[in-house]
Amino acid sequence: MATLLANPVKRFFAATEADLRILGMVAVLAVIWLGFGLASDGAFLSARNLWNLSVQTASVAVMATGMVLVIVTRNIDLSVGSVLGVTGMIIGVTQAELLPALIGYDHPLTWLIALSVGICAGALIGALQGFVIAYLAVPAFIVTLGGLLAWRGAAWLVTSGRTVAPMDSHFQMMGGGPEGSVGGPVTWLIAIAFCALIIAGLLLGRRRRRLHHFPLRPVWAEVVMGVVYCSAVLGAAAVANAYHWPTRVAARYAEAQGMAVPEGGLVISHGFAVPVLMAVAVGIVMTFIATRTRFGRYVFAIGGNPEAAELAGVNTRWVIMKVFILMGILAAIAAAISTARLNAATNAQGTLDELYVIAAAVIGGTSLAGGVGKVAGAMLGALVMQSLQSGMVLVGVDTPLQNMVVGLVLVLAVWVDSLYRKRATL
Amino acid sequence: MTNSNQVPLVAMDNISIAFGGIKAVDDVSIDLYPGEVVGLLGHNGAGKSTLIKILSGAYQKQGGEIRINGQPVTINNPRDAKALGIETIYQTLALADNVDAAANLFLGRELRTAWGTLDDAAMEAACREVMGRLNPNFKRFKDPVRALSGGQRQSVAIARALYFNARILIMDEPTAALGPEETAQVSQLIQNLKQQGIGIFLISHDIHDVFDLSDRVSVMKNGQLVGTAPVNAVTKDDVLGMIILGKCPVAATAGPGALVEESA
Repeated sequence: MATLLANPVKRFFAATEADLRILGMVAVLAVIWLGFGLASDGAFLSARNLWNLSVQTASVAVMATGMVLVIVTRNIDLSVGSVLGVTGMIIGVTQAELLPALIGYDHPLTWLIALSVGICAGALIGALQGFVIAYLAVPAFIVTLGGLLAWRGAAWLVTSGRTVAPMDSHFQMMGGGPEGSVGGPVTWLIAIAFCALIIAGLLLGRRRRRLHHFPLRPVWAEVVMGVVYCSAVLGAAAVANAYHWPTRVAARYAEAQGMAVPEGGLVISHGFAVPVLMAVAVGIVMTFIATRTRFGRYVFAIGGNPEAAELAGVNTRWVIMKVFILMGILAAIAAAISTARLNAATNAQGTLDELYVIAAAVIGGTSLAGGVGKVAGAMLGALVMQSLQSGMVLVGVDTPLQNMVVGLVLVLAVWVDSLYRKRATL
Repeated sequence: MTNSNQVPLVAMDNISIAFGGIKAVDDVSIDLYPGEVVGLLGHNGAGKSTLIKILSGAYQKQGGEIRINGQPVTINNPRDAKALGIETIYQTLALADNVDAAANLFLGRELRTAWGTLDDAAMEAACREVMGRLNPNFKRFKDPVRALSGGQRQSVAIARALYFNARILIMDEPTAALGPEETAQVSQLIQNLKQQGIGIFLISHDIHDVFDLSDRVSVMKNGQLVGTAPVNAVTKDDVLGMIILGKCPVAATAGPGALVEESA
């Protein structure tokens, strides 16, 4: 009986070569969303809440993609929250205090220069920590624990603790909000472009397999995958577009543009938020790095067997150092998103983020033993964590209880994952 | 096979290395000619693996000289050794368990597309080709190496050493994890490689293996070379005497580690 039922299901997954772990996470996410949706009378599933959820997830999701590689190489980075703090301060001071004096107030390039300075600072911090870990052989746990304290102190030192505000108007777009969204038409364009990429990817993959005479997926499986992926993209676009600008913001905008406000108020769609698009772009780039480049291959080989990688001629130390440089860069990008969203740089920014980032990576299926992990999984993990937190706030769970639930879920997720892994290896 | 007029493929002269005051390899000299198999024998801890790891770049020698075809070379890491055509099959196999056979085969030397990205399809195709020759029963190209049997893992490790046209092959206990049939395959493989002019260092503590496959044997004891002898000039008992007592038979060239007898 059970085998009869299981067989078509098994065949389906085998044919689509779907990643069961990612699929499981999507299922968990669906349960969480539906549960909170019911508990909040649909408020959780409103376009507005889902849009906000996507923006709140962006910063942690960006860092989680890098944490995957760090953990895959059997290391850990406890300093990301503090690195976010110090790079955020550097980005803030650059645009609010240094650049206006040099190139004038509200220069169109301010955001780019500030972001670049932040990324360089993040890369340098990552390089320093990576050097100590890889070449001086101090355990990553200790180096980044030191970094957790040191960079938080450095964040304070930048302005002696003073909060820097406001941010440049272009820079603010990286934080989302009505101005930091791409609007309805562009959102549809992006969604359609994505669908085209997905279909092209499936076709190209099929052609490559045929070229090398590898077994092909059945056509129906390819079609199912294409339909599922494309509907997910189009669905996200529809939700983002269903969230409209607040009436008063829209009215003010119409006034500034000299537009007439139609009967019943002006309806302007938010569309995808800029930070969310940034996070998705980071996710795509990091997936590419992890799976398609030599560097990514080495990262996983080192995680599987550091000695073997070294004996195979991989320069393992340099690879590890590069992983930490990458992590620093991602922390700086996350810092840009969170300072832009807050419209201020504070020295407490990113406090405790290291825990959420590590939790996101681990919930997303990254094994602390090394060698196993997926960028997409970590981003989903970040979304799961954020959904839990936002949902509990929405439903009115007390703050201490919220933390207890999040902690419990983390432990539970890793336990379930270890069960899955044991079964998979047998 | 051994020809004193010929330049040796590999000559390791007076090699020494010490770990924390213990001389793991002490003034050892061995050599290897093209198309020759030299068996390296000794107890656990005699220093054979350490000596060979100096040649493969895993350790750096503290004294002595390595020459390839008569030219002195510097080997600081495994990359240097591979650039000189020295490939090693380690006793531990040194495979990354979490990636598939093709990824292991090309680890450190990945094939790339014109865009600089990994050409996984080409690597898998090459892997299928070389594994097809080495182990036609091998079918699990998509699975991580962890999921493979001991013999299959061994064939991946051997394929890795062969694919890149090694001139010098080091095999550290190549048959330790294998069944009788697979051991026979490895023996056949060694014969083929010899005919191609590849020089092989065979490390083993199974004296029968070494006698069947080698042209010469070098025996180490306590980090020192007891002696080197052509296999057809000594008996297994002679060699056992070298391993256990350090007693060098007449037919062998004695090294610094040979037992010195008063009568001699």
